[in-house]
Amino acid sequence: MGHLTTLTHPEAAARFAADEPRTHWHDDSLWFMRVKRDRAAAQVPEWERLRELAEGIKAYALANLPALLEQFEKNAAAAGATVHWARDAADHNRIVHELLFAKGVTRLVKSKSMLTEECGLNPYLEARGIEVVDTDLGERIVQFRNEPPSHIVLPAIHLKKEEIGELFHEKLGTDKGASDPKYLTEAARGHLRQKFLQAQAGLTGVNFALADTGAVVVCTNEGNADMGTSLPPLHIACMGLEKIVPRAEDLGVFLRLLARSATGQPVTTYSTHFHGPRRGSELHIVIVDNGRSALLGRDPYRRALSCIRCGACMNTCPVFRRSGGHSYGVTVPGPIGSVLAPTIDAKAHAALPFASTLCGSCADVCPVRIDLHHQLLAWRGDLVKAGHGSAGKSLALRFTAWLFASPARYALAGRLMRLALRVLPAGLMRSLAGPWGRQRELPVAPAESFRDSYRRTHGRA
Amino acid sequence: MAAREEILAALRRNAQPGAPRPVVDGVGARFPDLAARLAEAVTAVGGTLVRVPDLAAADAALRALPIHQGAKRIASLVPGVGAASFDPATVTDPHELEGLDLSVLPGSIAVAENGAVWIEGAKLPHHALVVIPEHVALVVNVADIVPDLHAAYARLDLAGRPRWGLFMAGPSKTADIEQSLVIGAHGARSLVVLLVG
Amino acid sequence: MPMVALFVPCYVDQLYPQVAEATLRLLERHGCTVEFPEAQTCCGQPMSNSGETAAAVPLCNHFLDVFERYQYVVAPSGSCVGMVRHQFSTLVPGHPALEKVQAATYELCEFLHDVLGVRQVKGRFEKKVGLHRSCHAQRELRLASGSERQVAPFDKVKTLLGSLEGITLVEPARTDECCGFGGTFAVGEEAVSCLMGRDRLDQQAAAGAEVITGVDMSCLMHLEGLARREGRPVRIMHAAQVLLGEGA
Repeated sequence: MGHLTTLTHPEAAARFAADEPRTHWHDDSLWFMRVKRDRAAAQVPEWERLRELAEGIKAYALANLPALLEQFEKNAAAAGATVHWARDAADHNRIVHELLFAKGVTRLVKSKSMLTEECGLNPYLEARGIEVVDTDLGERIVQFRNEPPSHIVLPAIHLKKEEIGELFHEKLGTDKGASDPKYLTEAARGHLRQKFLQAQAGLTGVNFALADTGAVVVCTNEGNADMGTSLPPLHIACMGLEKIVPRAEDLGVFLRLLARSATGQPVTTYSTHFHGPRRGSELHIVIVDNGRSALLGRDPYRRALSCIRCGACMNTCPVFRRSGGHSYGVTVPGPIGSVLAPTIDAKAHAALPFASTLCGSCADVCPVRIDLHHQLLAWRGDLVKAGHGSAGKSLALRFTAWLFASPARYALAGRLMRLALRVLPAGLMRSLAGPWGRQRELPVAPAESFRDSYRRTHGRA
Repeated sequence: MAAREEILAALRRNAQPGAPRPVVDGVGARFPDLAARLAEAVTAVGGTLVRVPDLAAADAALRALPIHQGAKRIASLVPGVGAASFDPATVTDPHELEGLDLSVLPGSIAVAENGAVWIEGAKLPHHALVVIPEHVALVVNVADIVPDLHAAYARLDLAGRPRWGLFMAGPSKTADIEQSLVIGAHGARSLVVLLVG
Repeated sequence: MPMVALFVPCYVDQLYPQVAEATLRLLERHGCTVEFPEAQTCCGQPMSNSGETAAAVPLCNHFLDVFERYQYVVAPSGSCVGMVRHQFSTLVPGHPALEKVQAATYELCEFLHDVLGVRQVKGRFEKKVGLHRSCHAQRELRLASGSERQVAPFDKVKTLLGSLEGITLVEPARTDECCGFGGTFAVGEEAVSCLMGRDRLDQQAAAGAEVITGVDMSCLMHLEGLARREGRPVRIMHAAQVLLGEGA
């Protein structure tokens, strides 16, 4: 999983945003994705209906998960796949390792799987002598840098092409100073083609698991999932248990939404429906819980299990764009990550639900209509209740609430505040205002509040 | 199997009864000219589409393309289309397909809305034929164009006949370096759809 | 004549009385009988948005007690109205006046547009004006269709502003991006908050806005604070003031 930040979100975000030109570059890059998403969505007249259907199908799937998983398992087994169940990350890593170990695998190629990031699979396998090669170009880049992806769809979105050129020069021997994306991609193609040819097993994530057929569906643009699984005799597909959709035909809805939401493409280049193993090979499907079954029982956060990992909420989030994925310190960052992370460890990730203006743009781009900003708000209440809020802020707000509970106290407090704003030196007020005043002026306080002038002009006591 | 039982038990405990499965209605793309729309969509995803009257013309059109003219190793699963240099069914180890220049594959359904073509897994002796070659040509019958994915899945009837296969939309691509679109990430550097009929 | 209780957000009452005054006059000009219930204080949003739900509850109850007897409750704030309409449901679900007050409570422009049916506001405002679409007005109250959703386009505030004589409405890039205020976010995530605000100011300036207006004074306070610190020439005004043709 690499080194995740130990800074709180505001600290990491401030550090990121301190380089304004670079932050604007990052912001513009992701906004460009948002624009492409808007264009793609606008070409589908029934876009909002598709979102409603996707939300409904996912809600149905979550309500019927146990039965659908059993149906999936039965159908996958009938097709010749072997299904494994993992309670948690440790189970998952152990199962994958045992499968590889049994076949004597020392070279594994992987296509993108946020789940294996979540479980910390790479370091686990590497510690046991297995070479793990992430084959998605962006993931290979961050793997070379020994850092986690900063975005679930665009793992290396935080890096400039010059930095990648430098990295490839060091790792792949590309020309010094070369930074043309086409050239660098070609170099990666050659390097990874060798890895594909040498691999003894391929591991993929799963975008959708079809209960009614037992197929797992994997979507990529690069073709790396197909490359990684079509050569070696062992395919391991790892899936969170929420990836289930009831019927193959439901993919008509999800595949129309997924790529458009993610990158503005009408569909991913390869949408491969694996149904049982390839001739002469084995397919093992690892179904992972790792906190998901508990989340299913947790209102209102259960809905976060509907996520199809398109990344649209990250691209539209004005905070994500200006703080970078690494500032969240979790595998899945951004709005959906800020809802999911506290379900695993509320104390450790208590800052994330506050790393949002609650602007709500995330909920409106979400293809499965998760009410993300409302969930973030709910988290704030739950975190404060659990004692994970900021003590100073809490005291100030409770005191304010006490003042405001009485019209007389409220009016007096308001008068004193306005007086202070008017008579105290600006410099002192600025420092009293703390972070508000670092880059912002305080409002110019009027002599009279509205209620005072209303009383004066309307003559009521 | 302890993990399985534990997980399913936890899920049964925590699943909340919800609304019934929604009826998928009110959706569906409509295009006055499916073939014209497919051509646009294939172009939009980075491929090209060549319309030909019959298989003989498809063969001629393919042979006229640089991807064919420059190819040494060609696999064709569409009889009569492309100058096949070997029969991939005789290959036992898919690694031997490395170095393949061109695959000519049958597409059984083409989706007008997004340019995706369904490739039936059962028709491929090797899955690698889709991704390992430098270039891919897909041969699709004009009668097999459907407006959108809903129609495609209805025709595929995967639940009735579960099987493997894939939708391929354009050539392999990536935009992972500063979002610059680069065609030919791992798989085919180009994709041509030969639309027959 | 519609009987309207004026709901003046606490910070508007104390810091921007001219905005409350403009709201009052605008409503009266459109034929409303307006009353300011003096017992009102704060809707509790600062507490609720910070997770201090227990502290917010007494304020919500007080709000409902004060406003339950009115036909309409109108505020110059999308954010505070959003609090009443949406957050009250979970904070004070048992209050007997909850649903009545929620249904009666409107943001000012929403009230003019939807309840009074106003499409044409009499007045002049000869300036280039950039509308800042505040998030809660936009996405909680749906005062406009929004850039994300694929629905028939509408924009209630813009419709009203655009009907003024002499006004030139300019559109900033990223028409409805957040300004970065976000309540305590403005302080807790100061760096990102201020960068977002300055980006909005840049986009409005690039569009040629001489005046930035909006329906939420909180966002505008943040933008104004940033603009004043940097000595930017732009004027910041609440939509109620613009609709009255003030200072044009």
